Amino acid sequence: MHQEKERGCITMALLEVKDLNIAFGGLKAVDRFNITIEKGELYGLIGPNGAGKTTVFNLLTGVYKPDSGSISLDGKDITGKRTIDINQAGVARTFQNIRLFKNMSVLDNVKVGLHNNNKYSTIEGILRMPRYFKVEKEMNNRAMELLKVFGLQNECNFKASNLPYGKQRKLEIARALSTEPVLLLLDEPAAGMNPNETKELMDTIRFVRDEFGMTILLIEHDMKLVSGICEKLTVLNFGNVLAQGQTSQVLNNPQVISAYLGD
Amino acid sequence: MDNKKMKKTTKSSIITYAMVIAVYIIVEIMLKTGSMSSLMQGLLVPICVYIILAVSLNLTVGILGELSLGHAGFMCVGAFSGAFFTKVMAEIIPNVGVRLFFAILVGAAVAGLFGIIIGIPVLRLKGDYLAIVTLAFGEIIKNIVNVLYVGKDSVGLHLSTKDAVALKLAEGGEVIINGAQGITGTPHASTFTLGIILILVTLFIIMNLVNSRTGRAIMAIRDNLIAAESVGINITQYKLLAFAISAALAGVAGVLYAHNLSTLTALPKNFGYNMSIMILVFVVLGGIGNIKGSIISAVILTLLPELLRGLNNYRMLIYAIVLIAMMIFNSSPKAIELRMRLVEKFCIRKKKGAA
Repeated sequence: MHQEKERGCITMALLEVKDLNIAFGGLKAVDRFNITIEKGELYGLIGPNGAGKTTVFNLLTGVYKPDSGSISLDGKDITGKRTIDINQAGVARTFQNIRLFKNMSVLDNVKVGLHNNNKYSTIEGILRMPRYFKVEKEMNNRAMELLKVFGLQNECNFKASNLPYGKQRKLEIARALSTEPVLLLLDEPAAGMNPNETKELMDTIRFVRDEFGMTILLIEHDMKLVSGICEKLTVLNFGNVLAQGQTSQVLNNPQVISAYLGD
Repeated sequence: MDNKKMKKTTKSSIITYAMVIAVYIIVEIMLKTGSMSSLMQGLLVPICVYIILAVSLNLTVGILGELSLGHAGFMCVGAFSGAFFTKVMAEIIPNVGVRLFFAILVGAAVAGLFGIIIGIPVLRLKGDYLAIVTLAFGEIIKNIVNVLYVGKDSVGLHLSTKDAVALKLAEGGEVIINGAQGITGTPHASTFTLGIILILVTLFIIMNLVNSRTGRAIMAIRDNLIAAESVGINITQYKLLAFAISAALAGVAGVLYAHNLSTLTALPKNFGYNMSIMILVFVVLGGIGNIKGSIISAVILTLLPELLRGLNNYRMLIYAIVLIAMMIFNSSPKAIELRMRLVEKFCIRKKKGAA
């Protein structure tokens, strides 16, 4: 009772997803999905392959429109909105298969992320009016700051595709952060990384949460990473929520273990 | 690091402008001393037209990353609207130069408008499909112009798609666009100097656009549409913008082209898909996304058939071989490696010489 009151009045959840459904043909990819994430939480979304984790991300970012259910961010309803509107509402993401702007420089990748918060018109850009120089300078400074956080400042003029794999992942996170989100969605950030890189990534993720006061929801298969940094977990299996709660409790749940290891 | 990068892009732009201005000075000197054949003199304005077309198409193909085969169609729109404006305004603006200036603006605006109108449905497609549909639109524009009859008399403008008689012009009226016979009697106002100025304006617009917030958004769409959307880039808006600017500049080239001819007609030769493909060849050969390359290949490929005229029947054969050789030289990995090695060798020798 007391808890409920506190939730309703004092601490409103940052992300509140209620009964989210989507079906592709006859396949219920995500079925009655619920999640509540408080501000500043590091939340993990795990599950076997094909459980619907990335589909949840795609629903949260507006790539797919849910068949039913609601998503609200910071009390505002963002259900079924366009991807770019959801991004401007404060949700940024990275991708399972890295999606950088490959032929652009590392710096420009981040500057694309700064696009909506640093504006001048096309005409001002073509005619090189004073505002162009002012805003471009601000953008450069801001982008370099972000790159420094991820240790990419020395590679700022590299073509993005020439970065080593681990750094590409980092650049993707930097780009997502440049849109000034309140909620960051990371889709398998440690995929393809060696144990050292994974450890470094864990530090980076924690740093991002502390430094930027970010709320993070991440999909991951690497149990070391999940158990190491996530405070809460949701386990998906065949589109359904199998278990939800504190990391240690969830990971010891016999149902979860059987879903991962088989009966 | 940052300043270095800024310098690099500005340096590259300055080199491009300098290249154009240098060529202009050389050609002017040759013209003054009379060491240029009349055949070559006749090619000067067309070369300017092709350069503008190639550079503007590079915005769609290289920067936006969409294959468009309808560029000649936009050029056609620009040519006819510009020439039409010059004819209609003959009495209101007697000064030919001023009239041409406004004609260029009108040509650009109308072509840009067509770019938006055609772009809205067409830019939903991708790759080969987009190429085919733009090709079709280019042909449609050319064919519509061929059946268009517009006349002017004391009452105002008359329009018909049947024939000149159907315009029912009053006494003293004049047919301006006469169907397949096109527009006759446009003043010969295009000069090489004007062409160079327009090239510089085109380069200024495109290079500044590419190195701005808008250009980054356009390139982000080219590199990864889904990621661009995820960071809040409005895909439709920027695709349309790039397409419209590209079309408007093709319109400018069209106006320049129209004022270099006494009779402007829409033939398959000048506004058909052959033309579109030729412009695309300039862009591809110069390197997709490489603006300097577009200029150089437009010049070489326009001059080549004329320079080879003496070889008669073998002319097109050699032209084709040059195309293949240039393509290999520009994009084969082995050739690029060889080129790099040669440059390196040259640089080392130069350094040694200096020391």
